[in-house]
Amino acid sequence: MSVTTMPERPPVTPEHAVFLLREMLRIRRFEEKAAEMYSLGKIHGFLHLYIGEEATGVGSMQAFTPDDAIVATYREHGHALARGMPARVLMAEMYGKVTGCSHGHGGSMHFFDTNRRFYGGYAIVGGGLPIAIGLALADQMQNRQAITACYFGDGAVAEGEFHESLNLAALWKLPVVFLCENNLYAMGTALERHQAQTDISRKAAVYGLSASAVDGMDVLAVEAATREAAASVRGGKGPYLLELRTYRFRAHSMADPDLYRTKEEIAEWKKRDPIVLFQNRLRESGMLTDEIVARIEAEVGDEIGQAVQFAEESPREPVEDLLKEVGGQNRS
Amino acid sequence: MSKMTYREAVRAALRKALHDDPRVFLMGEDVGRYGGAFAVSLGLLGEFGPERIRDTPLSESTFVGAGIGAALGGMRPIVEIMTINFSLLALDQILNNAAALRHMSGGQLRVPMVVRVATGGGRQLAAQHSHSLEGWYAHIPGIKVLTPATVADAYGMLLAALGEPDPVFLFEHATLYSLEGDLAEEAGPCDISRGEVRRPGRDLTLITYGGSLGKALLAAEQLAAAGLEAEVIDLRTLRPLDAQTIVQSVRKTHRAVVIDEAWRTGSFAAEVSAQIMENAFDDLDAPVARVCSEEVPMPYAKHLEDAALPQVDEIVAAARELVPRHG
Repeated sequence: MSVTTMPERPPVTPEHAVFLLREMLRIRRFEEKAAEMYSLGKIHGFLHLYIGEEATGVGSMQAFTPDDAIVATYREHGHALARGMPARVLMAEMYGKVTGCSHGHGGSMHFFDTNRRFYGGYAIVGGGLPIAIGLALADQMQNRQAITACYFGDGAVAEGEFHESLNLAALWKLPVVFLCENNLYAMGTALERHQAQTDISRKAAVYGLSASAVDGMDVLAVEAATREAAASVRGGKGPYLLELRTYRFRAHSMADPDLYRTKEEIAEWKKRDPIVLFQNRLRESGMLTDEIVARIEAEVGDEIGQAVQFAEESPREPVEDLLKEVGGQNRS
Repeated sequence: MSKMTYREAVRAALRKALHDDPRVFLMGEDVGRYGGAFAVSLGLLGEFGPERIRDTPLSESTFVGAGIGAALGGMRPIVEIMTINFSLLALDQILNNAAALRHMSGGQLRVPMVVRVATGGGRQLAAQHSHSLEGWYAHIPGIKVLTPATVADAYGMLLAALGEPDPVFLFEHATLYSLEGDLAEEAGPCDISRGEVRRPGRDLTLITYGGSLGKALLAAEQLAAAGLEAEVIDLRTLRPLDAQTIVQSVRKTHRAVVIDEAWRTGSFAAEVSAQIMENAFDDLDAPVARVCSEEVPMPYAKHLEDAALPQVDEIVAAARELVPRHG
């Protein structure tokens, strides 16, 4: 059992560095566009933005193969994009169109893609952890080599299912990487106001899990820490809890007036914007030029623009199909 | 044809399923070494091993959720929840995930999970082990709700449930486990889409399910002795409900009593009553009557529990009141 932070910065190739930057920018620009479309009344319901947390999703996702299973939360736009889901099917989902990844049945909080083993966005806090346990159990029982990545936030550690799931995963030595994206707030309640023990990674020890914590604003550190966690799980050492320390720059959702934290606090964290930090670092090391940034921004802009157009032009599901995918009906 | 108990019939179905399909496994509290709280899975651990007869911690929400995840991952889990009151700890996983995932994912996810739950009162286990909440589950679109009341159904419905692509819940009334009955040698999965007339009659219809079927049949015998021929319908499946069998009977008898061990207010009996009103109103010669549990947390003392639960004499009295010449 170790509870450590990752001090050293691992080396990275220019190609991979640019890839990581592009992935983070895809998420940032996708969400900025989603917020704009929400304001224009094109997207409804809840919209929980991931802006500020891009390094956690992008860095960690590099450690998982296409055979691995992913379980995410209702703040899952970033995970879905980082897993390779096309921006257009996500935008169409938020538009409520039949071409959306969940046919418009789920919206922003419920993205699914079984082809990518992306088992979805779960909007009951902590509710995805038992699902991850079961997916890992199925892999274990069928002697598959896959592991399961289970994302959740700091709010989830207050739920009984967090403790039940860590215990069960350790007891049955299930191949799960638990990834706690600690953005310091359970909706509007600060970590120190809902946890007696605010060092989340330490909670793993009593269940016998390996654990570590990492700076979630440093995409390379996140990638390295997740690779280490995943390797430990793949090596048969049982489940692993990785705490990714991050911060969301936007309010909890579009409906949140953000009254529970100060502007100063947000401004302080924005100085550690994961995209800016990474860009600066790459520029310092000579891996990034203005031309490359401009090219990435243009390509990402095109992708997002096409996603909006696709969503706008897509048809809605016919109302006659309302009950089509309800389970438990008699088969004729 | 062989004689066996309801408990043995469930065990035989489990054994057959575990034998026939390597994806099937049983998971729950004390299903393994203990042999099951109701001794249903006694002996299966030795036969199939701890991987497939899997004892869980007391973590209802997580082991039901794990059943969902395992089903998504290609297994055919059978999850046992020791009593229906404990199932409330897993209600989030059941409603928000098991029942919702298929539709919420646009049809991408299917959850072929079977959940077995012991239900009902009558054993002096008081207010946290005795209720009949299966009607709550029948409220949920996305799942099937089965209530086997006979030895044959205990066997056949479990096997049928395992053939379903979506979640199926079997509520086994705990007083039925020692019930004896016949199971045909060639028995397999049975039809779970229809209710069944367990006793034909022409004067009125007694509609019930699960642990109350025996009481309804006893009441029908007493009524017959008094010259009233009651038809007894075993609903068998609460969701999706076979309203046709109910309506056909009421069109013939023009009178109905619904017997349901749940509390009266918002009970499944209310749903059955509404179905009759909607589909056979003009055929009714009397208002639909209900015999349900008293609206009280189940008491421990025998005389109080008896008073709280539907009893044969209450069914008889309700039936006689519906028929003027016997009223």
